[in-house]
Amino acid sequence: MRSLDRKMLRDLWHLRTQVLAIVVVMSCGVATFVMSNSILESLERIRAWYYREYAFADVFVTLKRAPDALASRIGEISGVSKVDTRVLTVVRLEIPTMTEPATGQLISLPSRGESGLNRVFLRAGRLPEPGADSEVAVSEAFATAHRLQLGGSLEAIINGHRQALLVVGIALSPEYIYEIPVGGLLPDNRTFGVLWMDRQTLAAAMDMTGAFNNVTIKLTGPRDEASVIRDLDELTAQYGGLGAYGRADQQSHKFIQNELNELRNMSVVAPTIFLCVAAFLLNLVLSRLISTQREQIAALKAFGYENHEIAWHYLKMALAAAVLGSLAGTVLGVYLGRGMTQMYTKFFHFPRFEFELPLRVVVIGWLISSLFAALAVWTSVRRAMLLPPAEAMRPEPPASFRKTWLESIGVVLTRSSATKMILRQISRTPRRAILSTLGISLAVAILILGSFMQDAVDYLFDAMFRLSQRYDVNVALVEATSADAVHELQQVPGVLACEGYRAVAARIRFAHHHRLVPVQGYVSQLDLLKLIDRQRRTVDVPASGLMISAELAKILGARLGDELTVEVLEGKRPTKRIRLTSTIDDFAGTTAYLQQQELCDLLDEGLSISGAFIAIDPGAESEVYGRLKEMPGVAKVVISRSTRDSFRRTVAETIRRMRLINLIFSCVISIGVVYSTARISLAERSRDLATMRVLGFTRHEVAWMLFAELGLLTLAAIPIGSAIGYGLAWTMIKAADPELFRLPLVVEFDTYLFAAGVVLMATFFACALLRHHIDRLNLVEVLKSRE
Amino acid sequence: MSHDRPSSIDSPFASHGQELVFRARGITKIYHMGEVDVHALRGIDLDLFAHEFVVLLGPSGSGKSTLLNILGGLDVPTAGEVLYLDHNLTAAGEKSLTQFRRDHVGFIFQFYNLIPSLTARENVALVTEISPNPMPPDEALGLVGLTERMDHFPAQLSGGEQQRVAIARAVAKQPDVLLCDEPTGALDVITGITVLEAIQRINRQLGTMTAVITHNATIANMADRIISLRDGNIVDIRRNATKLAPHELQW
Ligand SMILES: Nc1ncnc2c1ncn2[C@@H]1O[C@H](COP(=O)(O)OP(=O)(O)O)[C@@H](O)[C@H]1O
Ligand SMILES: [Mg+2]
Repeated sequence: MRSLDRKMLRDLWHLRTQVLAIVVVMSCGVATFVMSNSILESLERIRAWYYREYAFADVFVTLKRAPDALASRIGEISGVSKVDTRVLTVVRLEIPTMTEPATGQLISLPSRGESGLNRVFLRAGRLPEPGADSEVAVSEAFATAHRLQLGGSLEAIINGHRQALLVVGIALSPEYIYEIPVGGLLPDNRTFGVLWMDRQTLAAAMDMTGAFNNVTIKLTGPRDEASVIRDLDELTAQYGGLGAYGRADQQSHKFIQNELNELRNMSVVAPTIFLCVAAFLLNLVLSRLISTQREQIAALKAFGYENHEIAWHYLKMALAAAVLGSLAGTVLGVYLGRGMTQMYTKFFHFPRFEFELPLRVVVIGWLISSLFAALAVWTSVRRAMLLPPAEAMRPEPPASFRKTWLESIGVVLTRSSATKMILRQISRTPRRAILSTLGISLAVAILILGSFMQDAVDYLFDAMFRLSQRYDVNVALVEATSADAVHELQQVPGVLACEGYRAVAARIRFAHHHRLVPVQGYVSQLDLLKLIDRQRRTVDVPASGLMISAELAKILGARLGDELTVEVLEGKRPTKRIRLTSTIDDFAGTTAYLQQQELCDLLDEGLSISGAFIAIDPGAESEVYGRLKEMPGVAKVVISRSTRDSFRRTVAETIRRMRLINLIFSCVISIGVVYSTARISLAERSRDLATMRVLGFTRHEVAWMLFAELGLLTLAAIPIGSAIGYGLAWTMIKAADPELFRLPLVVEFDTYLFAAGVVLMATFFACALLRHHIDRLNLVEVLKSRE
Repeated sequence: MSHDRPSSIDSPFASHGQELVFRARGITKIYHMGEVDVHALRGIDLDLFAHEFVVLLGPSGSGKSTLLNILGGLDVPTAGEVLYLDHNLTAAGEKSLTQFRRDHVGFIFQFYNLIPSLTARENVALVTEISPNPMPPDEALGLVGLTERMDHFPAQLSGGEQQRVAIARAVAKQPDVLLCDEPTGALDVITGITVLEAIQRINRQLGTMTAVITHNATIANMADRIISLRDGNIVDIRRNATKLAPHELQW
């Protein structure tokens, strides 16, 4: 080994604790990079495979009822390569183990021999036999939630008739990778499941023999989507078509895509933060090293070492840290990436777990970390390279101190010379003070980033379940009926209050923008449902005219006073221009609201309801559920409490995990930054500090001088980090698809307090580590040695 | 060997019959320190010859180090010309100066400038690894009597021992010139003598042209020639008739 390399290794070993700090932070950066990219890569690959092998459709449309003959006309639309027609229905399920009703999405399977689109993946058992009336395949998640096994049974109310079902298969489908009911947000596998039945059997049960109510299409190429959707809408309009949409609007796909987008955002933000901090630490350590080795560098040059050899010598140290960090980071990243991919595979129901780590990701990760390392030390290395040897041989002149503004502040506070020294030290190396502060503030920021989700979700939770949904049960009816039905529901023993509403699906158009949305017809001042905006204010449906989600108005480009075209997609399918009189800045999805009477007038029917909110006496829940189960007119029952519980389960769990990871990361960063800054300060000032000790200051007093400096930097970092954290939280919120979620950017004071607390603890910890070095300060050595 | 040289050569400006190693003419060095210009050297003419042992004498700040650094290719003058054999050092670029130092010059500094993270042997090897014609590091350390301490780190050596390692490091490449800037400046008398003996032995045994800076007039007595500087000028060049061995020097 060359002596110069030996020197490098010994220097690195000598600086091992500081190198370790850099390597750890660096490895977190590479780990988050490898982790998020491997998750992305794995999920995208398995999704592509699933979509391809199980023929996930490109265009979807649901209609009321169309004769089988329409299928061949759809097939003639140019751009359509394959058409699959199906019979779908949402039914109420009854499961012996559950008091409250569950909802099932029934989907017809093509008759034997045909291979339709959106094919199911069989996990166990077989598909239902044609003609076997009661056989179903059940989605795996639902089966798992209810411990349903092959041969198990349940009941469904299909078209008003109770039917016993026999589980013959456990299945998955590319259409329900994210398994939620239409219009849902979060999965609850207890109350919602997908079931597949033989086409003939299901059609017969629904009086749909020779007809269908759902079409899915495979396109010849992606460019045909818009024109196919247009032609399809035209063809299906007279059959009650609810409007065709592409994959981008397919519910499950949309949620997965949203998650992948957020991951992609994370895959940039997190590694950048870590690598910036690592770069800063590296810069700190190496610039210090190079300035202490001025004379060594001069000697090397005097003996004929070339400038580039010297530059390479120091650059190699930085790269060594990058390589070590990358190595550890890759291992950690693969471990975390595997675990997270496994979690995602379960949360999203993919048929199998596959972990993919392309070499490309690892190579890019290593290159990026090396690049950060090289850039971090570049100015210092350049300084070493350009150092004029003759001048470097001369002893360094004493550092020039000036009175600074920082000190004048200090003078106001105290006259102690120790304080003056602290302030002078900080203002003497302002660049380092600033960078240290920034480094610590990134730790604060990461903590806020990890915790703010909790705040935002708590806020949302409170708004949704305390302020907005005051009902216990939301009942959807099979068909719209007279508003008098409310009285019938009110008669059920245990029902405390009941309020009806009318809802329809409609397409809302403005200029050349349009969206398919639910239109909710409410009376003013409902008691059981309050419309709440993102400021948690109660918003009422306007006395006349249309109110829509502010996000929808943005998408449509509509302003208050504009006339929007509302095409109702049910019943007589009326179309009417209605003035936009209000918007609501709500949390999720896109919805339109009208006065119930105005909606009924539009539909050309008397005051009617299609659903109702019900408040139940807490003691009488099971009786009420029992009664609702027996009512044939009830299509679907959504229980507020189970929504809330599943929300808590899924979201809270994810957030807790994220928060823990960020807590660890942030501690790594703050301890790394504080400790490294402190070590450098100590090294630079060991002579001063030793002199003070000789002059009679105690260890304690001397230690305090250093700690006070670190404390000041940390205190300065807290507000800066809070601001950065707020900004990062904002980018996270923005990464979510606003058409799905519009989480409010809420950061509670407690969260700032928590972040500040953790970082102060980390500073304290770093100081404790440092105390050991201060106590060991060798007075004689320090004073004797030439700096 | 220098002490065998005919004593008939007594002109201080020329050593007839000796090969000219350095020829410096009109060397000026000006440092710009903000508003003021520091004239470190004010037009120096100097010839140095093969095998000779010269001492540069002068008070602190007189420009000795500046002159030595320019001769060694570590620095360049503001004006003037320096020739090493037939190389023009003042016309050379950074790269060829580095090559010049690598191939021909051995430096010894007041503060040794050893690499603290390398052992004595490794410090020497650091230089022999890049030299065209080095002697083994062990042999170089043998020359300065440090065979026993080869595997010690600088922190484990006394000042005199460290300076002897620095000498071994400078001579291991078998340089053509050995330039020493106050090699005993940080040492006590006794230790200083052992270091000077080591330098003188190199000069005698290997015939390496040696220039030693000092502000201590006593040390000048061991030189072939004594060059005195003051305030950036050479004020005197004198041939030393009675060369003393270091242990004969009277402090
Ligand atoms: N790099 C430099 N910058 C500014 N002034 C310098 C520099 N190097 C030397 N000097 C000045 O040049 C003069 C000569 O210095 P030097 O050659 O080191 O003297 P000596 O070695 O004889 O003590 C001194 O006044 C010194 O302050
Ligand atoms: Mg000097």
